[in-house]
Amino acid sequence: MDLQCRSLDVKIATGGVALDRDARPVLLIHGAGMDRTVWNQQTRYLAHHGFAPIAVDLPGHGGSDGACHETIGSMAEWVNDFIDEIGMGPVRLVGHSMGCLIALEVASSFSPNVERIVLMGAAAAMPVHPDLLGAAQRNEILAPQLMTAWAHGSRAHIAGNPTPGLWMRSSCQALLERAGDGVIFNDLYACNAYDAGDVAARIECPVTVIVGSEDKMTPPKATAQLVAGFSEVELKHLDGIGHMMMLEAPNDIRKILLEALQ
Amino acid sequence: MVEPDYLKFDTLSLHAGQEPDPTTGSRGVPIYQTTSYSFTDTDQAAGLFNLEQPGHIYSRISNPTVAVLEERIAALEGGVGAVCTASGMAAFHLACATIMSAGNHVVASRNIYGGSHNMLNLTMPRFGINTTFVDPRDLDAWSDAITPDTRVLFAETLGNPGIEVLDIPAVAEVAHQHGLPLMLDATFTTPYLMKPIDLGADIVMHSVTKFLGGHGIALGGVIVDGGRFDWAANDKFPTLSQPYDGYHGITFTEEYGHQALSMRARAEGLRDFGAAMSPTNAFHLLQGIETLPLRMQRHVENTAAVVDFLTDNEAVSWVSHPSVSSHPDHELAKQLLPKGAGAILSFGINGGREAGRRFIENVQLASHVANVGDAKTLVIHPASTTHQQLSADDLVAAGVGEDLIRLSVGLEDAGDIIFDLARALRASQKG
Ligand SMILES: Cc1ncc(COP(=O)(O)O)c(C=O)c1O
Repeated sequence: MDLQCRSLDVKIATGGVALDRDARPVLLIHGAGMDRTVWNQQTRYLAHHGFAPIAVDLPGHGGSDGACHETIGSMAEWVNDFIDEIGMGPVRLVGHSMGCLIALEVASSFSPNVERIVLMGAAAAMPVHPDLLGAAQRNEILAPQLMTAWAHGSRAHIAGNPTPGLWMRSSCQALLERAGDGVIFNDLYACNAYDAGDVAARIECPVTVIVGSEDKMTPPKATAQLVAGFSEVELKHLDGIGHMMMLEAPNDIRKILLEALQ
Repeated sequence: MVEPDYLKFDTLSLHAGQEPDPTTGSRGVPIYQTTSYSFTDTDQAAGLFNLEQPGHIYSRISNPTVAVLEERIAALEGGVGAVCTASGMAAFHLACATIMSAGNHVVASRNIYGGSHNMLNLTMPRFGINTTFVDPRDLDAWSDAITPDTRVLFAETLGNPGIEVLDIPAVAEVAHQHGLPLMLDATFTTPYLMKPIDLGADIVMHSVTKFLGGHGIALGGVIVDGGRFDWAANDKFPTLSQPYDGYHGITFTEEYGHQALSMRARAEGLRDFGAAMSPTNAFHLLQGIETLPLRMQRHVENTAAVVDFLTDNEAVSWVSHPSVSSHPDHELAKQLLPKGAGAILSFGINGGREAGRRFIENVQLASHVANVGDAKTLVIHPASTTHQQLSADDLVAAGVGEDLIRLSVGLEDAGDIIFDLARALRASQKG
């Protein structure tokens, strides 16, 4: 369905049910160049387990109107406005990759709007390989290819999609190929330029961080540096899983979310 | 410059979609010969039925052995997902039924498999879906035939039986300019010789019965979802872009985006039409795919030898294969099919229908069957078999003359194949 924010249409996925305004809102934020559909293994489950999932397409992504925001800070301001527009009070924020950086900023700068955060594929800094940045700037297919190659654990490169018939690698690549020209570059540039500073220390709400042992985009070491900054954090480790953990290990992520979001 | 470290085609042919069985360690793909699956609890059962979580419910909808094959073919084609069916025809029907409803229209190449032609020309009109057939080489004909009701453009990567090479990028552009997907039957090329999705196709289907299986022992079909087409960009595809009561109002494009077609084809199409592939067939077809790259190389080599032989034979009036320089698509084939233009060719035999009959009756190694893409060399005389339902006019339009012999070149020793053909050609001329 569509909502509005700053007078522009915002595409959301709600798990295929009408948005239940009496349920606890969970706002899920996708990563660089992606869209709401990366959460399709979680949203419908949450919707039938007491939550109101809202998987959002950031401006300029998927089915949402508007231009991409150029910095993580400006994305966070938009998300904060969007939480106000939803009008269901403070949300549980779930982020993936770039979505984690946005969640960190929203939770630290606009804390009344955030109940708790769950981060997957997170790090305090997300330096982007210059070849990837270059390919993205030139809108070359190499950019989706490199991201897809690095974003999946070794198991996901061969098999193991729990949804019968789906092939994870090409799914990720097709999703990234569908991004408009400049979108991937915009997002990667924003991630590359982001400096977390003391953001972790400024977060007061409960934090859950999920780490994939084979995450090459935000390796466990990089996640650990971020985690060290939180005063209190719950850590979850997934063995043999890469950066696209909500699709690589959907059942584990569903379980963790159900617990962490209570 | 860094390169994406993807597993290569040959590796995926052996491994994609399978990891050693988690319970037994079985390295071979187990045949899960079961109709149904025990639920762990009522919450899981409800979740499976409601698409809240993935897993198997009943083998009409999905099965672990079939799922390995689906994931493997999707991997080889570069698609976001695949749905296997009982046969190639079932795959074609599933794709059509998933994206179209009564009142819709297809623009199709006129040079397609006789069975597909029948379905579009005779059967689908009973369900309110009509087709305009066009010359696949005529780009204007493709766009001129498109009406406001058109929902898909359909062709074969290599036509039947003239082995027309489809200019996929050009026809895809016509389709996309009209907000329509291009669906291709890639049975004759397999993903080894060509990857239609990379060239612009949106849905790829196969009769897995043929080269993918390779052994001629099991029927099967598959549709592969390219995942690049935006079904929600216009209002032409309500089955994907509008709420579906079958799952409490879910809108497949909203929830699954680029995987909408794969999800709907299974959730509705397999559930309701029920043309599921059997697990044992999936097992057999998987054994074939393991050697697809090796087999296709050999098919192409043997075809080159057979083409050379036929071209020089006095009993043969013409040879149609894209590798022959006189073939109208010779240059296009070099560009789109650099590894070879498949192992199916046709030739004309001097002496017409009678000589054709004598030829077929005198081959000994080659088998006279209504099939292609077997490891064994196969021959057929289409005018009297696969295309016999077509009227004389339709036969001419489909490029099937009475003198036409179709050959599917197998993996035997090339010299033995040629010896057999030479003997039968000699006999054919002794009328
Ligand atoms: C090109 C092509 N497409 C589709 C089919 C139909 O496949 P099946 O026989 O598996 O139903 C065939 C079968 O001969 C074929 O040759």
